[in-house]
Amino acid sequence: MEKKIRVLIAKPGLDGHDRGAKVIARALRDAGMEVIYTGLRQTPDMIASAALQEDVDAVGLSILSGAHMTLVPRILKLLKNNGQDSVWVFVGGIIPEKDGKTLSDMGVRAVYGPGTSTTRVVEDVRAAAAE
Amino acid sequence: MADPANKVLKGDRLALSRLITDIENDSQDHHTILDQLFPHSGKAHIIGVTGPSGSGKSTLVNRLALNLVDGKNRGSSHKIGVIAVDPTSPFSGGALLGDRVRMRDLTSNPDIFIRSMASRGALGGIARAVDSTALVMDAAGFEIILIETVGAGQSEVEIARLAHTTIVVEAPGLGDDIQATKAGILEIADVLVVNKSDKPAADGTAQTLTAMLSVGEELRAQSNKNSRTTWQVPVIKTSALNGDGIDDLVAAVNAHHTFLQEGGEWKIRSTERLRALLERLVRDSLYDVWNDPPNQVKMEEIFRLAAEHKRSPYQSVRDLFK
Repeated sequence: MEKKIRVLIAKPGLDGHDRGAKVIARALRDAGMEVIYTGLRQTPDMIASAALQEDVDAVGLSILSGAHMTLVPRILKLLKNNGQDSVWVFVGGIIPEKDGKTLSDMGVRAVYGPGTSTTRVVEDVRAAAAE
Repeated sequence: MADPANKVLKGDRLALSRLITDIENDSQDHHTILDQLFPHSGKAHIIGVTGPSGSGKSTLVNRLALNLVDGKNRGSSHKIGVIAVDPTSPFSGGALLGDRVRMRDLTSNPDIFIRSMASRGALGGIARAVDSTALVMDAAGFEIILIETVGAGQSEVEIARLAHTTIVVEAPGLGDDIQATKAGILEIADVLVVNKSDKPAADGTAQTLTAMLSVGEELRAQSNKNSRTTWQVPVIKTSALNGDGIDDLVAAVNAHHTFLQEGGEWKIRSTERLRALLERLVRDSLYDVWNDPPNQVKMEEIFRLAAEHKRSPYQSVRDLFK
């Protein structure tokens, strides 16, 4: 049986705008991936626990609240503690360029701003899973 | 570095998680790990939760797991494994697994392990990997395993072969008493739940189901007068939303567990579970043999003869197994 790509899509923090997360989840599903969707208001701990139990290849974080510089480093650290540093983490939302660069330096593999095509995200995740 | 089987036995969650992935993908190297874990399995109480989509299965599993994990109605605390199955898209092969949205209270609990699983084309509302996953969770020390099926209609009864206790969840207002008399999913229930009891129609649905069950019991009593104590399927009203009736549901599940243990039924069901697993393994192995390229050539030939209406597919398949 072929290996399926498994992706966790999570919304950390307190903003309630989950349309972007749902669009990405649907696009990945339509590309044949298994998408675990966790819903709103997840803590970094909840996201890392879910990633561990689901053995995902990638974690997508959607953040529109501006709290990315607090939340993302915590999630990266927890994933690492759990032995999942090879998981491909990507962030979508409104992320200033300077912050995006800092996040990339910390280990985030892609930062997607508004207007990113879903095709690009799908291709990136697929390429990452093939690594 | 310890080997994977030992890691799983020692409670390493990443090792367990990776093993489940290997089971799902049916990768070659996991078979020997299953061999090593098998002797450690056979202890867990496996509970199936099934019912139509939208009846509130995930929310109910969330409540059940929370109640069972602290053991307030079952004597002691327990480690709980959850396997939540959602459908695979027949078109893309992908799946959106959303049961965790309703299980957010369980995610970070160190005594709970949730695995979302796509059905990957398997019939019967459960994935092919479910039985082996339950087995490894069992070996890893999870004492209660909750299996949530995909939203099931009338004929998805496979779960009853995998579980010791099957909970069928209905929601108010989905059908009349004729629906309730039809064969199928209601027949496999050890415990019937009418969820969303906060809705006005819930009492009527509960009454209809209770009446249907009592007719069934009268008929059964007439047909086997000598049978041992039989299990009376309770109908329980719950509201997974506000928590009403969850204590009653846990009490019913525990009572069924005791009934199975004391009446000797536990052993029968466990044996049946193993038989079902064995049958599936044989079926899968035959299918794998069949999928081998040389056999595929033969298959094409059979297909060509059938398409030209020269030889019936029945005849060809009979010849194959001669």
